[in-house]
Amino acid sequence: MAMLEIKDLEVYYGMIQAIKGISFEVNEGEVIALIGANGAGKTTTLHTISGLITPKHGTVTFEGKEITKAPAHKIVSLGMAHVPEGRRVFASLSVLQNLKLGAYIKNNKDEIEETLQMIYQRFPRLEERKNQPAGTLSGGEQQMLAMGRALMSKPRIILMDEPSMGLSPIFVNEIFDIIKSVSASGTTVLLVEQNAKKALSIADRGYVLETGRIVLEGEAQKLLDDESVKKAYLGE
Amino acid sequence: MSFISYLLNGISLGSVYAIIALGYTMVYGIAKMLNFAHGDVIMIGSYVAYMAINNMGLPIPVSILLSVIVCTLLGMMMEKIAYKPLRQASKLAVLITAIGASYFLQNIALLIFGANTKSFSSVVNMEPIQLAGGQLIISGETIATVVACIVIMACLMTFMKYSKAGHAMLAVSEDSGAAQLMGINVNATISLTFAIGSALAAVAGVLLCSAYPALTPYTGAMPGIKAFVAAVFGGIGSIPGAFIGGILLGVIEILSRAYISSQLSDAIVFSVLIIVLVVKPTGLLGKQIQEKV
Repeated sequence: MAMLEIKDLEVYYGMIQAIKGISFEVNEGEVIALIGANGAGKTTTLHTISGLITPKHGTVTFEGKEITKAPAHKIVSLGMAHVPEGRRVFASLSVLQNLKLGAYIKNNKDEIEETLQMIYQRFPRLEERKNQPAGTLSGGEQQMLAMGRALMSKPRIILMDEPSMGLSPIFVNEIFDIIKSVSASGTTVLLVEQNAKKALSIADRGYVLETGRIVLEGEAQKLLDDESVKKAYLGE
Repeated sequence: MSFISYLLNGISLGSVYAIIALGYTMVYGIAKMLNFAHGDVIMIGSYVAYMAINNMGLPIPVSILLSVIVCTLLGMMMEKIAYKPLRQASKLAVLITAIGASYFLQNIALLIFGANTKSFSSVVNMEPIQLAGGQLIISGETIATVVACIVIMACLMTFMKYSKAGHAMLAVSEDSGAAQLMGINVNATISLTFAIGSALAAVAGVLLCSAYPALTPYTGAMPGIKAFVAAVFGGIGSIPGAFIGGILLGVIEILSRAYISSQLSDAIVFSVLIIVLVVKPTGLLGKQIQEKV
C-alpha cells in the first residue's frame, strides 16, 4: 500500500476548477517530483494534501487513514510536514523561535532539544544565526530555516513547494543536496518544482502536471529522457 | 501640585484605555479584524459587576470574577457566532458585522437593564494617599487602576514570551497559513485571543466605572473608541504599543481638559491621532508592513 494516495482529486477556487481529477501515489522512502508550469496546479495539490484546502471531490489517504477533510493542524501530528512556497518563515521571530514552532506538536522537551541539535548539525548556519530575526536571513538561509522548521516535527513525509525558487545557483545546489540527505535519512519526499531538471535528477519517480491534469508519469530518468518533457520543461 | 494631580488622573484614565486597547490590539494582531463591539463588552462587564454587588449582594472580588467570566464567555461566543463564519469574507463584511455586534450588545443592555443611569459604587476600598501635606491627594481608584494595568501588562508579556499558547498567537499573527502547517489550531488561537481580550475588558469596565460611576448601555462606546485610537496611536498589533498609546492618550485627554478646554478635549485627542498617523502611519511602535518579494 502506498504511503500517500491521492485519488480523483478535484479542487475549485470559486467557480474555477484548478485540479481536474488527478490521482497519484507516493511510496514510503521515495522522492517524488511533481513538475509543471506556473498555474498547472502543483501548489494547489500540495495545499489540498496538507489540509489547507478542502477538495470538492476525491480523497487523500495517508498511511491508510483518510485525511481529505482533516484540518491542516491535525494532519501535521500524523507525521506530514509541508514546506510552503515562498518559505513563509515567521519573519519577526528569531530563527530559534521559528524552529521551536516547528516542533509545536511535540511536548517532550528533551526530544525537541535533541531534534534541534540534529537540525543545527544539518544546517550549521541556522545555529550561527539562531537569535537573529528570520526576516533578516538571506533567501537561501530562509529556505533552510523553512526546511529545518518542517523537520522539527519529525515527519515521515515532507512536502516541499518550490524550494529552489528565487535562489542563487549555489544555494539551489545546496538545497537539492539537503533534499537528498533528508531522503537518505528515511523521510519520504514529495517535491514540487519548476526546476524540472534538478527535481527529476534527484527523484525516483515524477508526475507532470498541466492545467490541473496529470499528463505524464513515470520513472524520473525516463521523464528526463522523454522528448516532450525535454521540450516543454527542460529547455532542450 | 495641581499639574501632578492632573497628570496622575491622566495616567489612571490612560491605564483603563491601555487595558481596553490591549484587547483591541491583540484581536487585530491575531484575527486581523477590528472588533468594534469590544467597548460594549466593557459595558456588559460593568453591568454584571453592578448587578452582582447591588442586586445579588456578592462580595466585591467574587463580583469582579463573575464579570470576568461572563465577559470571557461573551467574547468567545461573539467570535464564534458573528465572526468565525466570516473568516473567508471581505474585511468590510467583518467590520460591518462588528459594528452590528456593538449595537446588538448596547440594545440588549437597554432591554435588560433599562436606559436609566445606574450609579456604580467603587470597588476600591482604599484610603486616598495624601502627599505634600495634603496638597496632593491620590485616590485609591487611581492607584488600583495603574497597578492593575502594570500587572496585566507584565502578565501578558510573560504569557506571550514563555507560553506555548503565546507562541502560537505570535505565529498566527505573522502568518496564519504557515501557523496551521506547524500544527497550530488557528480557530482555537483566535478564540483564546477573544477570551483574553474580553476578560481584560471586564477588568477595565469595573475600574472605569469605579472612577466614573455613571453606568448606561452606552458607557462602553466612547472609551472603546478612545482605546481603539490608543491602539492605533501606539501601533495596532503591538502590546507595548497599546500600553504606551493608552497612557499617552489618557494624559493628553486630562491635561487638555484641564488647561485648554473641557469641551474640546475629545477633539484634541482625535487630532493627536490624525497627526500621529500623518507623521508615522504605523503608530509609535507599529511594525513596518513588509512587502512580500
